[in-house]
Amino acid sequence: MSQSQQTQNLTLVQAVRDGLHTEMTNDDRVVVMGEDVGKNGGVFRATEGLWDEFGDDRVIDTPLAESGIAGTAIGMATMGMRPVAEMQFSGFMYPAFDQIVSHAARLRTRSRGRFTCPLVVRAPYGGGIRAPEHHSESKEAFYAHEAGLKVVIPSTPYDTKGLLISAIRDPDPVIFLEPKLIYRAFRGDVPEGDYEVPIGEAAVRREGTDVSVYTYGAMTRPTMEAAENLEEDGVSVEVVDLRTVSPMDKETIVESFEKTGRAAVVHEAPKTGGLGAEITATLQEKALLHQEAPVERIAGYDVPYPLYALEDYYLPSVARVEEGIRNAVEF
Amino acid sequence: MSVLQRDPQDMLRVLEEDGTPVGEVPDLSDDELVTMYREMYLARHFDTRAVSLQRQGRMGTYPPLSGQEGAQIGSAFALDEEDWLFPSYREHGAALHRGLPLKRTLLYWMGHEKGNRIPEDVNMFPVAVPIATQVLHATGAAWAKKLQDEDAAVMCCFGDGATSEGDFHEGLNFAGVFDTPNVFFCNNNQWAISVPRERQTASATIAQKATAYGFEGVQVDGMDPLAVYAATRAAVEKAKNPDEGERRPTLIEAVQYRFGAHTTADDPTVYRDTDEVEEWKKKDPIPRLEAFLRETGRLDDEKVEAIETSVKDEVAEAIEAAESEPRPEPSEMFSNVFAEQTPEIRAQAEAFAEMYERHGDEGFLRE
Repeated sequence: MSQSQQTQNLTLVQAVRDGLHTEMTNDDRVVVMGEDVGKNGGVFRATEGLWDEFGDDRVIDTPLAESGIAGTAIGMATMGMRPVAEMQFSGFMYPAFDQIVSHAARLRTRSRGRFTCPLVVRAPYGGGIRAPEHHSESKEAFYAHEAGLKVVIPSTPYDTKGLLISAIRDPDPVIFLEPKLIYRAFRGDVPEGDYEVPIGEAAVRREGTDVSVYTYGAMTRPTMEAAENLEEDGVSVEVVDLRTVSPMDKETIVESFEKTGRAAVVHEAPKTGGLGAEITATLQEKALLHQEAPVERIAGYDVPYPLYALEDYYLPSVARVEEGIRNAVEF
Repeated sequence: MSVLQRDPQDMLRVLEEDGTPVGEVPDLSDDELVTMYREMYLARHFDTRAVSLQRQGRMGTYPPLSGQEGAQIGSAFALDEEDWLFPSYREHGAALHRGLPLKRTLLYWMGHEKGNRIPEDVNMFPVAVPIATQVLHATGAAWAKKLQDEDAAVMCCFGDGATSEGDFHEGLNFAGVFDTPNVFFCNNNQWAISVPRERQTASATIAQKATAYGFEGVQVDGMDPLAVYAATRAAVEKAKNPDEGERRPTLIEAVQYRFGAHTTADDPTVYRDTDEVEEWKKKDPIPRLEAFLRETGRLDDEKVEAIETSVKDEVAEAIEAAESEPRPEPSEMFSNVFAEQTPEIRAQAEAFAEMYERHGDEGFLRE
């Protein structure tokens, strides 16, 4: 990033829009497609104004068909375009699942590199906004489990723009999950113009010496708050924001653990088969001799995401995160 | 000749916009016609109150139905007691006709699981929030009725946007192949959030898609409750008692308009003209049926006033009842996942209960 760049103070969803705008300006192969992304500017305003500026051929309102969106985007990507497909909510992404896992993820492998799929599938995801049924789930593990897909989950406006630009430039398919709870929860400095935040690199949000806490997306905020509360009690917490959940930055994960020897993972996705399990296994494999306590998993429960009258009890709260970290420290 | 045996581009209509009959008035008693009017009025009033509850922060996101009462009540009216309704998320009017208490509908949109619990005596599925997924369930349910030799039809409601999804195609295709007793009722309200009907399909009508599946498709004026009733009734009868060589399923395209937003989270002024809304308001199904009923001596000022008063009381009572409902016990999250709780879920429920004991609501509730 050059010194001369100006910064703007944007929300996370405005950073999405800014990232799209930047790459659409840079590269005319980039098209945005999905439901209500055109004249309406997206149901969360993530594509606001893009249709007016770039027109109907580059900001495309599609028929209401997620499999259709993902599948045709794959076809476009193979022919040299750079589609950014929006799924209106990650809960409505399942009709596209077959296209994403059976084709986008495998095209390079099965054609032995003859065809590739430089595709980004964006979707608002996660809970906490009192939304109706099927609007709040966190199913990043589905995609992280699939070889051939990269899965990105930003937690700040700066990272959102930089990671989205990297995702669009990436030669392979990227699932870009946007934590909608923090779409407008705060603002952050975002440079004008283009810059990349590399895919596959975690960020240490807070340094500490007693325990490492791994998290990402909307859970970064309650985790940071819990860490500050614990600091008052003399517990020094290191917080690692994964930013990319696949491929995972195992080097940073292990490095932090070698320092602290204790760990907790925080995610709102259900506990069983969640990424917390992957992180825990990584620590076992690579840093067993540093381990001083069981790894705490603070996660959503293994139940369907409840309707919103109960969602606060489902999502990891500051108190719950704090207690989990304390368990790891006091073991 | 059945009203279904027509060109899918020839829209069925019984009442003009001013209520003048232009087609055969269905054989309904005076009481039934007045009840139909009352339920449409009730659906409208309920809708207005629900939107206002959302605005006041007393309810979450809500999908309004105003403009669509004629299609919803007219079609639900055509079902017999043994028949089934598989709704989308906007069928509050059809649901109330089927017997779903208003309180349940309110509770659902207030975020209570209890709102999704359909009473045992109501033949209706919970709402489907994903698009078009219920079409296949309805086909399967009708197929089951046929295989079990039960005399029941299954009506499935969905919007114009849903016809773009693969599930719509698969559901209608199975229905044609297995000749299931289905009524596929498309509430074509012109807009799938901001995307107009023209962007969903290049077909001249949605009704004509039925031809490709091997059964009848009919387009009906969806803001004319009597035309909707006539078409749906014929489709229900055919589903259960087809003539020799007739296929059981029917696709009905009810052409209508949603006067309001897609949901309370949507602002339709961004993507459509108010002139368009005003044009469609001239077709409003409620004054249309009211004019016909007044003209034929079935309604007068006194009766209309009595209906208005009773409807307002009924909706107010339902709102009070829903708002008096205590917040569900947090432990309810862990129930009904499986018939029997798994050891892991039991362990998580116990860990939650202990933590709740220590922290109370303060440890969980956000601002």
